[in-house]
Amino acid sequence: MQIYLPIAEVSVNAFLLLGLGGMVGILSGMFGVGGGFLMTPLLFFIGIPPAVAVATEANQIVASSFSGLLAHLRRKTVDLKMGTMLLIGGLIGAAVGVVIFNYLKAQGQVDLLVRLCYVAFLGVVGTLMFIESLNAIRKAKKTAGAPVKKRRDRGWISKLPFKMRFHTSGLYISVIPPIIVGVLVGILAAIMGVGGGFIMVPAMIYILGMPTKVVVGTSLFQIIFVTAFTTLLHATTNFTVDIVLAVLLLVGGVIGAQIGTRIGLKMKAEQLRILLALLVMIVCGKLALDLLLQPSELFSIGAVGGH
Amino acid sequence: MTRLLALVFALAFPVLAAAEGVVLGLSQKQVRITTNFDGSEILIFGAVKREAPAPDSETLEVIVAIEGPSSPLTVRRKERKLGIWVNVDAVEVDEAPAFYAIATSAPFRDVISDTEDLRYRVSVPRAIRSVGAPMNVQNAESFVEAVIRIRQESGLYQLNEGAVEVTDQTLFRTQIALPANLTEGDYKTRIFLTRSGKVVSDFETVIDVRKVGLERFLFNLSRQQPLVYGLMSLAIAIAAGWLASAAFRVFLRS
Repeated sequence: MQIYLPIAEVSVNAFLLLGLGGMVGILSGMFGVGGGFLMTPLLFFIGIPPAVAVATEANQIVASSFSGLLAHLRRKTVDLKMGTMLLIGGLIGAAVGVVIFNYLKAQGQVDLLVRLCYVAFLGVVGTLMFIESLNAIRKAKKTAGAPVKKRRDRGWISKLPFKMRFHTSGLYISVIPPIIVGVLVGILAAIMGVGGGFIMVPAMIYILGMPTKVVVGTSLFQIIFVTAFTTLLHATTNFTVDIVLAVLLLVGGVIGAQIGTRIGLKMKAEQLRILLALLVMIVCGKLALDLLLQPSELFSIGAVGGH
Repeated sequence: MTRLLALVFALAFPVLAAAEGVVLGLSQKQVRITTNFDGSEILIFGAVKREAPAPDSETLEVIVAIEGPSSPLTVRRKERKLGIWVNVDAVEVDEAPAFYAIATSAPFRDVISDTEDLRYRVSVPRAIRSVGAPMNVQNAESFVEAVIRIRQESGLYQLNEGAVEVTDQTLFRTQIALPANLTEGDYKTRIFLTRSGKVVSDFETVIDVRKVGLERFLFNLSRQQPLVYGLMSLAIAIAAGWLASAAFRVFLRS
């Protein structure tokens, strides 16, 4: 069944979109990631204009993150204070990101920037995750359950001013690092159409030293507001949020996430992470090839003035 | 109305040997882009109305051209820089129709001469207006050619030679396929009657292509009230997220 998307102005198969939403939903349920970093490139592949894909995906992430946050709030695994600090940074970052996005759109380079960001981040994250989980599997075979040494020394971070106490995380640190992490993730969210969880979660654990159990809930809290803000900015400056597209992806995603959670429960954590790492590297490889190989059509048509 | 117009045309060219005019019918005067719009096919048929018997010497040929709304475009060209393919230069094309389909009763060059094509702007390259490229861009024509090539591949520009059936030099009919990725606007429909390359009569009407219903509402809202549209998108997203979470809990309990 073909559906005409009113903003993207293309006609696509509704079941294809539901299927994509479902597939990414299964993966996000299995691995506990938002899935924006997979969905946006997939939307490029099926011919949705990049500007529409990025803006619409931001809207879809609001939905999936909200669903996830409710579960974490009930379990009280959200550090609202830390989340607010990350959020302040995130909003600044999102505003900066949309300005960069619009500037590059007028220059005709927005596709390139979005794709380069994807190749760089997916490549790094995929490779690191792959190495880390390989090591974990190897260690698990050698010594079953050796105590993991926890690094509590955060060096320069403990010397920064404006300290604040974060009860839920059990931390007493400066507010500057969380705000900076927030700004960076905000910029990424606006440019790449992702929530940024795959960058923020490692940053919270390794840079800020937050306990793992509050990390996911706190990052979801921040992601909802940043992506909501990004959606509004894209909707009012670029007119590129396609609500019909968002709803179709959402329906598929919500169902897929429930199935994915069940599959995820039956698999080992290391195996899951290796699969996710491989998946990330495949998407990254496909995007990199598109940049490196000569395209079949060297010319592209765009509207004047980037509208 | 069409009859009257045909008559006006007939009267306007009294010098022609046999004054001929077009009486036109369309299967639809309006194309509605609904949510499940999947392209459309328009049947264009008509008859040639004449005062005197048709001249036997030259056969009558028919050209049907449908032209979508024109807009200025930026065409960009990629080049390899530091190993990756980047957009390097851009040319603005002043006017290019979003859709252009031509159907003829015989090979295009046999139906209309080059001078007449120039005068009436019938063929695809003639329908695109490009004033000039910036000085630093070489072979700017290749940019216009690229527009035609890309849009031909996606079915937006069509040249269907021999697709118009002409019966007894009087009746003609053809079908034009409108693709699914259509933009809205007034689609100018022109019919030309030619004899040995010369246009003996032409006729023009408009097919109205519009988004309707939900499509119309959402599109207008997103342009006129972007803030309201953005907030609505968020409200829908949050409601859906909450609903999914609630449904999941009910599902777990049962």
